[in-house]
Amino acid sequence: MTDHPMPEPLLSITDLRVAFATRGGLVRAVDGVSLEVRAGECLGIVGESGSGKSVTFASVMGLIRPPGRIEGGSIRFGGRDLVGLDPAAYRRLRGREIAMTLQDASTSLNPALTVGTQITEVLLAHAEDLPAGHGPRRRAARQRAIDMMRLVGIPAAEGRLDDYPHQFSGGMRQRMMIAIALSCRPRLLIADEPTTALDVTIQAQVLELIAGIRATLGMSVVLITHDLGVVAEYCDRVAVLYAGQIVESGPTAQVIAAPRHPYTAGLLRSVPVLSDLDRPIQPIPGQVPDLVDLPEGCRFLPRCALAHAACHAAVPMRGLGAGRAARCVLAEAAP
Amino acid sequence: MTALLEVTDLVKHYPIDQGLFPRLLGRPAGGVQALNGVSLSIRAGETLGLIGESGCGKSTLGRAILRLHEPTSGRIRFGGTDIVGLDAPGLKAMRRRMQIVFQNPYASLNPRKSVGEILAQPLRLHGLAKGGELRARVGAMLESVGLRAEHAARYPHQFSGGQRQRIAIARALILNPEFVVCDEPVSALDVSIQAQIIDLLDRLKRELGLTYLFISHDIAVIGHVSDRVAVMYLGQIVESGPARAVLRTPHHPYTRALMSAVPRVDRGDDRAERVRLTGDLPSPLNPPPGCRFHTRCAFATEICRTTPPALLPLDDSRMVACHHFPVRPA
Repeated sequence: MTDHPMPEPLLSITDLRVAFATRGGLVRAVDGVSLEVRAGECLGIVGESGSGKSVTFASVMGLIRPPGRIEGGSIRFGGRDLVGLDPAAYRRLRGREIAMTLQDASTSLNPALTVGTQITEVLLAHAEDLPAGHGPRRRAARQRAIDMMRLVGIPAAEGRLDDYPHQFSGGMRQRMMIAIALSCRPRLLIADEPTTALDVTIQAQVLELIAGIRATLGMSVVLITHDLGVVAEYCDRVAVLYAGQIVESGPTAQVIAAPRHPYTAGLLRSVPVLSDLDRPIQPIPGQVPDLVDLPEGCRFLPRCALAHAACHAAVPMRGLGAGRAARCVLAEAAP
Repeated sequence: MTALLEVTDLVKHYPIDQGLFPRLLGRPAGGVQALNGVSLSIRAGETLGLIGESGCGKSTLGRAILRLHEPTSGRIRFGGTDIVGLDAPGLKAMRRRMQIVFQNPYASLNPRKSVGEILAQPLRLHGLAKGGELRARVGAMLESVGLRAEHAARYPHQFSGGQRQRIAIARALILNPEFVVCDEPVSALDVSIQAQIIDLLDRLKRELGLTYLFISHDIAVIGHVSDRVAVMYLGQIVESGPARAVLRTPHHPYTRALMSAVPRVDRGDDRAERVRLTGDLPSPLNPPPGCRFHTRCAFATEICRTTPPALLPLDDSRMVACHHFPVRPA
C-alpha cells in the first residue's frame, strides 16, 4: 500500500480482548482491537463512553486489575510483548518509556503533596542520568522539575514547585500532569481526554502545548477524545471505536472528509458545525448496545440506516487501501 | 414582539465570610462578583444562547432569573411582573411559568424516587392534578420526550444519561411553562446523544411555543439552537446580537478568541490566523480594573486598563462592549 518500507511501529496492539466480570455478566469492554502507533506520529482515538477507548490504553499501561482481565491478544512496544510482563519490568517501563495523563487533573494529583514532590518522585524513581549521592540527586531532580514546568508553560516555576494542586487552576493542573508525564522524556505519551474538563480557550493552549512538545521531543502521542474537532486538528491518523471494536481507521483528513463507516458518518452529522449553522444536525437514533449482551453481527446494526442482510453475521475490518479500513459490509461502496 | 423576560442591571455578589478577626478589625468584606450589571431581554418564542467559560457567571444568571439565587440588586421582569419583589406565594405562582433543566442528569434526579413520582411532584405541589388524571399526564409527558408511559415505575439509575436528561426535561415541562432555562443540558452527554437531546428540545419548543435561555460553553451548539446570543466574560455581557451575525462576524476580541479556539472538523487552512488567548481567567474575587478582558487581550491599550467599556448598540440588533472594536466612525 505504501511506496517505501515502514519501520516497525513503536506500539502495536493485535487482537486485544479485555473483559470485566460483573454481577450482570461478562462485560467485553475491548473485543479484538488491533492498532499501531508509529514513531513520532499522533494517533487519535475517538469513541463514546463504553467504547473501550480508555480500557485499551489502560491495558497498554498494565493497569487492568481484577475483575478486569486481558483475555487475549498482544501489545508489542519497542519489540517487547507487554501482556504478562512482570510487575518490576512494567514499573521500569511506565513513566520512563510510556506515560499517560488522565482525564481529570484535579483528581489525579495527590492533594496532600506539593506538585514539586509529585514530579521529583517520578524523576527519582525513573531518571537514569541523575548524579549520585542523596543531595546532588535531589537537587538535580528539582532543577529538572523546574525545567519541565517551564516547558509546559507554568509561569514562575521555581516559586510554584512548593505549591499544592489546589493552588493551581484547572488548566495549570493539566499542564502539571503533562509535566509529570513528560519528565522522563517517554517515547509514547497517552493523553486520555486531556482537555475535556477544560474551557475552550485553555483547551486550545493545552493541545498546542502537546503538539509543540511532540515536535520538540520527537515522541509519539495517542490522543483519546470524544471530540472529532480535536482529532481533525491535531492527529495524523484516527481510529474510531464503537462497543469495544475499531469500526474505522485511517488518515484523519480522509476519514473526516469521506467516512466509510455509518457510525463515523453519523457522528460527523450529529455535531453542529460553525461554518454552516443552518445545516440540520442528524442524531444517531438509539443507544450503544449493552456490552454484556452484544449482537452477533455488526454492533452498530440496531442504529444503522443502511442495515443489510449481511450485517447479521460478524463483520471483519476491511482494508480499503491508502491506510484506510472500516468494519462495514458496504465499506467499499461509495458513501 | 414584546419581551417575555427583561433583566436590567442584575448584580449578584457572593459575600465571603472572612471569619471573626477581620470582622472585628473592621476590614471590608470581600465577595465574588458573579454578575456585574447584566441586562438582557428575551422575546416570547425565541431562544437566547448564553456563551461563556466556566466562572463567567452564566449559570448564576440562569438561576438568578428563576430566583434560585437571590440577586443582590437589579430588576427581573417576567411577563410584565417584577419577580425580584415577589413574596413566596407570588413566586410559587411564577415558577409554574418558568422552569429549568440542569446540566448533570446524574445529580438532578432524586435516586430514591421513581420517575413517576419525580414527574408527579410539580403537579401535586401546584395542585394541578391527582389520581388517574395525574397518572395520565405523567404518561403523556414521558411519551412526548421519547420515553414510554410504563417507564414511570422505574428509578433514575435504570436509565442512561440521555434518557435521564429526557426525564429532567419532562419534569421541567410538565407544568406547561412558557420559559425554560436550559443550563448546559447536553454537556454531560455523549456526542451522538447530545444531538438527540438538542433535537428534542427543538421539537418541544416548536410544539409548545416555548422560550429558552440556552446556556452552554459549546459555541457550535449555541450557534445551532439560538436566535440571538450573548457572550459573557467575568460577570458581564461583552457582546450580543443575532446568532448568525455574531458568529459570522464577531467583533469583541473575546468572542473572536472563543471562536478560533474551538477545534473544528470544518476548518480550512486558517489555523495560523487564530486569535490565541494566553493566561487564565482572572479571579472573580478581584476582577481587573477597566475592561475585565484587558489582561488577556492582544489589543489592549491604556484606556482598557483604566476605563470599563460600556455595552453600546452597534445597530438596532447588536451590542458590543469594547473600546476598539468594531472600529466606529468618529
